[in-house]
Amino acid sequence: MKKYNTPLLDDLEKGPWPSFVTEMKKAGKKNEMANDAVGHLEKCYSTKKGYWKHGGIVGVLGYGGGVIGRYSELGEEFPGVAHFHTVRLNQPSGWFYTSKVLREICDIWDKYGSGLTNVHGSTGDLVLLGCRTEALEPLFAEYSSRGWDLGGSGSDMRTPSCCVGPGRCEWANYNTLEACYQITQEFQDELHRPMFAYKSKIKFAGCACDCVASAARADFSVIGTWKGDIKIDQKEVKNYANKMDINAEIVDMCPTKCMSYNGKELKINNSECNRCMHCITRMTKALRPSGERGVTICMGSKAPIVVGSLLSWVIVPFMKMEPPYTEFKAFVRKCWEWWDDNAKPRERIGEVIEAKGMRSFLEAIGVPPQPQQIREPRKDPFIFYTDEDIARFKAKEAEEKKTGKYKF
Amino acid sequence: MALPQRKTDIGPPHYKQFLPPVIQKNYGDWKYHEVLTPGSMVHVAESGDKLWTVRMASPRILSTDTIREICALAEKYCDGYLRFTSRNNVEFLVSDEKKVAPLMKELKDQKRTVGGIGPMISNVVHTQGWVHCHSACTDASGLVKSMMDELHDYFTTKELPNKVRLAVACCVNMCGAVHCSDIAIVAVHTKMPEINHDNFKNMCEMPTVIGACPTRAISPDPAKKSVKINPDKCMYCGNCFTVCPPISIKNPERDGVAIVVGGKVSSLRSNPKFSKLVIPYISNEPPRWPKVVAAVKHIVDVYAKNAKKHERVGEWIERIGWERFFSLTGIDFTFQSIDDFTFMRDTMRTASTFKW
Repeated sequence: MKKYNTPLLDDLEKGPWPSFVTEMKKAGKKNEMANDAVGHLEKCYSTKKGYWKHGGIVGVLGYGGGVIGRYSELGEEFPGVAHFHTVRLNQPSGWFYTSKVLREICDIWDKYGSGLTNVHGSTGDLVLLGCRTEALEPLFAEYSSRGWDLGGSGSDMRTPSCCVGPGRCEWANYNTLEACYQITQEFQDELHRPMFAYKSKIKFAGCACDCVASAARADFSVIGTWKGDIKIDQKEVKNYANKMDINAEIVDMCPTKCMSYNGKELKINNSECNRCMHCITRMTKALRPSGERGVTICMGSKAPIVVGSLLSWVIVPFMKMEPPYTEFKAFVRKCWEWWDDNAKPRERIGEVIEAKGMRSFLEAIGVPPQPQQIREPRKDPFIFYTDEDIARFKAKEAEEKKTGKYKF
Repeated sequence: MALPQRKTDIGPPHYKQFLPPVIQKNYGDWKYHEVLTPGSMVHVAESGDKLWTVRMASPRILSTDTIREICALAEKYCDGYLRFTSRNNVEFLVSDEKKVAPLMKELKDQKRTVGGIGPMISNVVHTQGWVHCHSACTDASGLVKSMMDELHDYFTTKELPNKVRLAVACCVNMCGAVHCSDIAIVAVHTKMPEINHDNFKNMCEMPTVIGACPTRAISPDPAKKSVKINPDKCMYCGNCFTVCPPISIKNPERDGVAIVVGGKVSSLRSNPKFSKLVIPYISNEPPRWPKVVAAVKHIVDVYAKNAKKHERVGEWIERIGWERFFSLTGIDFTFQSIDDFTFMRDTMRTASTFKW
């Protein structure tokens, strides 16, 4: 194995935070690809420039996504990274593992790849970092025969992910882990065979804390919520009062100012609560959501390219989210169909909704306009009307003339 | 040995087989949780059962041997059950209280970094950088390592007014969470790309390249069977390179990073926010990026000193006003922080209410 002099990277082995260089060298001790990846990276550090060639189209038979092809411009100098493809393995919901299956994943990867991983990629996949093209089919055979499938890449449904949910959280309003699993299974075809204008991501968060950052990182942000009252355990409130200034830290920080505390009793005007979670997260023993549970579906978030970053906005204020998730599945299909009909190449669904207008989108998916969908009404008067809209307004006025009562 | 028969469209394995028995039993019936130390917490079920979690930092790039070491720890203390978090930390799921302290001790003996729970700085969501990506204009892993060595105490022991989420993206594609983090680093190009016109017609689709430009700086160049780029409109995003290999934009001396602050994704108290540009450019200085690290540390320090309890960075800044943020931090306010893209009209100050 080639010995590389790596003074710049060596510096990143010092210090208390776990070192990725140590990880790369550790893999490099017994793997030529990883060893060359270290030398290759040192070169990047010394010249302040990356050396990966543009793109790379590789994969496994039957699938159009799941593998990110990568070739180095310096393949002769660093033969171990001449091919250095990434394989995305679909993670289990909530990133729960047993040591037994992780060891099995490692053994297969050591046999075919660099021995380097990312645990995990930002979308959620277990990322196997660096292998040659000819290794792809055999490693896919080994993984799939043991129950592991590839994740998504390209213009497909990307691998869905979810928060820890009811597995270990008292705030989960629905079964994020099961929803994530069932939806991933339902749309296997859409995940493995890119058929869209661009990528489409779904993330499942159990409450508005949004521990998978669905609001910012998914075309479909499925956020748990409830319709009942927040249950208050006044005895526990008193315990909190011993160590916390409830008025300063809870009541005054409530965004809707719907709480009060007189030193004895905490009150919440639940009809004015917007379920932001602040009070619940700070007094987890005293406060619990109750009543009907479901999700708010927000859509559209994405990174800046091309029209600027978007955060997801409310499309469906409330939907029940229970197996077999029939309503949600139908909803996703309708959204994709409209997107497919209207998108230009490489246009995310949020960009298309912005370009075509909410009305076009909402009518296509059969969701009525609701004030919960907006932060504020439009301020300009550049309004579209259809003949049917005007006919409906006129009919209402005719009705009012008859009854003598205005209906706004 | 012959290869096993491949299968397709099987999806991931069902998560249930990986849940420890205490979770199987109390699934969806958790009552409350308590943070015990910055690296450990306990969840208590309605049944009275308890699950302890010990959180450990990970560099995200892991060798298979390190994964095996993590597995060995999980086998010794957690019957083999563990999980990873949405910020790529490792969580050991301990069902037996007696095993919590010995696990913490062994992690300490092994010099592993335990923490990240509560009002702390947890792991940094980051991207591939020079390790694996063709469009990277910095190295994400090196930046993260350098930042977290400096901010290590905020992961392990030191509390802040609220969590501070850090992120790094190695180009403006912003894979990950840069656009919605408290403090984040995004790598930027600062020079016009060059086009290899001879290769353009063989390797690129002209409409795709023209459509890739956010500022419509690209137009056809029929004489060359290629495109031309208007230097007055190009802001070096590199998206034309993404769709067209003969366009090259990497420039070691001009590539650098920008710092954005004030984003969040939770809805606690205030709505989710985008992060905003405060430092437009710092040169790439591998392996330690000292100025970037100093800038992040400085912003954390000023936030820690000035924010109210529970205020996230963005909430603190909106309360005091951006002009006060710049004066408190002493960061130079530059033309680059004034938006001249899509959101310009919403970002100007349409009132005379500001602080001197």
